[in-house]
Amino acid sequence: MAETHTALPAHQFDDLEQQHEAGALGMWAFLITEIMFFGGLFTVYTVYRWSYGQGFAEASRHLDIRLGAINTAVLIGSSLTMALAVHAAQTGRRRVLILFLLFTILLGSVFLGIKAFEYNHKFHEHLVPGPGFRLAGPEARHAELFFSLYFAMTGLHAVHMIIGVGILATLVMMANRGRFSPAHHAPVEITGLYWHFVDIVWIFLFPLLYLIGGR
Amino acid sequence: MPGREHYLNVSYGVKSWLLTGDHKRIALLYLGTITLFFFLGGAFAVLLRLELVTPAGDLVRAETYNKLFTMHGVIMIFFFLIPSIPAVLGNFLVPLMIGARDLAFPRINLLSWYIFLIGGLFTLGAVVTGGVDTGWTFYTPYSSAYSNTHVMATAIGVFITGFSSILTGLNFIVTIHKMRAPGLTWFRLPLFIWAHYATSLIMILGTPVVTIAILLLGLERAFHIGIFDPALGGDPVLFQHLFWFYSHPAVYIMILPGMGVISEIVTCFSRKRIFGYRFIAFASLAIAVLGFLVWGHHMFVSGQSIYAGMVFSFLSFLVAVPSAVKVFNWMATLYKGSILYQTPMLYAFGFIGLFTIGGLTGLFLATLAVDVHVHDTYFIVAHFHYIMVGGAVMAYLGGIHFWWPKITGRLYPEGWARFSALIVFLGFNLTFFPQFILGYLGMPRRYHAYPEEFQVLNVMSSAGASILGVGYLIPMIYLVWSMRYGPEAGDNPWEATGLEWTTPSPPPTENFPSTPSVEEEPYAYAPPEQEVPVG
Repeated sequence: MAETHTALPAHQFDDLEQQHEAGALGMWAFLITEIMFFGGLFTVYTVYRWSYGQGFAEASRHLDIRLGAINTAVLIGSSLTMALAVHAAQTGRRRVLILFLLFTILLGSVFLGIKAFEYNHKFHEHLVPGPGFRLAGPEARHAELFFSLYFAMTGLHAVHMIIGVGILATLVMMANRGRFSPAHHAPVEITGLYWHFVDIVWIFLFPLLYLIGGR
Repeated sequence: MPGREHYLNVSYGVKSWLLTGDHKRIALLYLGTITLFFFLGGAFAVLLRLELVTPAGDLVRAETYNKLFTMHGVIMIFFFLIPSIPAVLGNFLVPLMIGARDLAFPRINLLSWYIFLIGGLFTLGAVVTGGVDTGWTFYTPYSSAYSNTHVMATAIGVFITGFSSILTGLNFIVTIHKMRAPGLTWFRLPLFIWAHYATSLIMILGTPVVTIAILLLGLERAFHIGIFDPALGGDPVLFQHLFWFYSHPAVYIMILPGMGVISEIVTCFSRKRIFGYRFIAFASLAIAVLGFLVWGHHMFVSGQSIYAGMVFSFLSFLVAVPSAVKVFNWMATLYKGSILYQTPMLYAFGFIGLFTIGGLTGLFLATLAVDVHVHDTYFIVAHFHYIMVGGAVMAYLGGIHFWWPKITGRLYPEGWARFSALIVFLGFNLTFFPQFILGYLGMPRRYHAYPEEFQVLNVMSSAGASILGVGYLIPMIYLVWSMRYGPEAGDNPWEATGLEWTTPSPPPTENFPSTPSVEEEPYAYAPPEQEVPVG
């Protein structure tokens, strides 16, 4: 968020501390926006699950809990490596920083890979809403609604993951050029806030989508 | 002061503007863009009023009329009113008023303008290729399943533009928190800043919700995912809930900054400290908070539960309280003031009167039984135009006149300006007052033909619209003229308080020769008999 080419503050700031505080506050404000953004979707989910609980439970049983659980573990692991990357930036260990950033990218990519596999699977099983939707029975329409929300919510989450991986890649390049120091590591810290937020969204998505089948 | 370097002459060329990080230049980029949108939206209004001169639908077909009022609404709300005061005056003045060199994130500020531009181009594309006819509210299932017009392109335009609003709000919040000059405590801030802070809160909390609603609408239209489609178990009214959760607070995005402008103008031209500073400041925050709790009053007749309706009705009455607090405080500021009738003050008087009428008729609409009678009639149309045109646009024009000497370093011709302020006021009332009566008599909105007994009032309204149009064109001409031929304004032509008046006009790129510090309360205007005059 902040202009960061050198360890000098950008012209509008008096000092680096003010610049870092502004950057962090900016990210927090942005995350509040994100909460409202996902909040709209969670509201829609709540309304329809309230109305069509049974159809949602039936549809949820078609999701692969194993893959969902693995992805949850992968994401929590990526939050750990992200936190370690921030710590490395604070203590000025460049190689460790780059290593943990790469680990985070790797775990994020594993998550996205598993997600793509799941989407592909759903496509082959004809569980994508639309004319080819396979499920039949009295709750079929509600199950279709569940899958609409499943794709909208996890899709939006995946878009955030992809953006996050892109930002992390930029950080790796910046770290490689020695742009960060203990006095100036705000971009790593701010990206960390974003990454943890995206993880937390998944922590809510996993039970709400995968675990409501009552198996 | 010839030869002095300021933000306008520091560099020349298209590139120096399109790649600028200077909040003052970005404000002017916004000013140019939204002025174009204003006149485009106005052109649609002209066509609407021309059609309504006669009872028969003879100028345009019903389908065309639907497109005209939709595009008038979409452009005026998303591309003029919402960015108007915050993106132009707020962008220019927030750093100046708090003694900062720029906003916290200059590149994000520029990005917000580009996002605005891209969203605007999508919407213009939809307009040029045939338009959209859903009404600016995009109600489902018409918008998602039945309309054959360019709903998608318009929705994408509105979706994209939302992010520009979010980024502006985010920038203001961080700037106001972190970049105030030494000594500038929260209760020394100008009320303009308080108003913009409250507005920014609504921008970052509300806009994402309409963004997701429009995203779902787009998915529904493209892939029939069923979220708003009753055939698949979806609920069309859910779209209205999501839409109004933002779009009612959006009304306060339009009016709160205007209230900030009026607080500055009324104080300056009464030559008196503002009455009830803290009440006005907290009223802004109260409006921002309560504004989020009243959206259901748009759905009294949409099949919402009667108990929800009662709660929303009560809350809607409640939001009138902080608005009234502001009006009473402005009145008390005027009391025994040394009032000067300069142009900005004429607009401020216009604002106070028209906003009061618009606000009080809002209470009619918050009353459940009355709303059933006037819902979807011209009474509604008149009510929200009193708030948005009589309120927000009046404040915008007042603010443009008030800070024009600071923005350009030149004075506008006072005689012409007062004349056009008067024309705007008269034209406005002639346009919209008859619509209250029309609505009360039962004329529904959004039809291109009407029974003959409504013609006299409609002709009055159309005549008023032509006068109002002239009132808007005159400032366009003399403001542009004044940039070259107006007399030098000097640093502080109004002898106003506030940091923005302590720096040269136009300000240098870095805003202040050296970082200012603040040692007193705002609005140290002296009543002449008690204190030494300022300046």
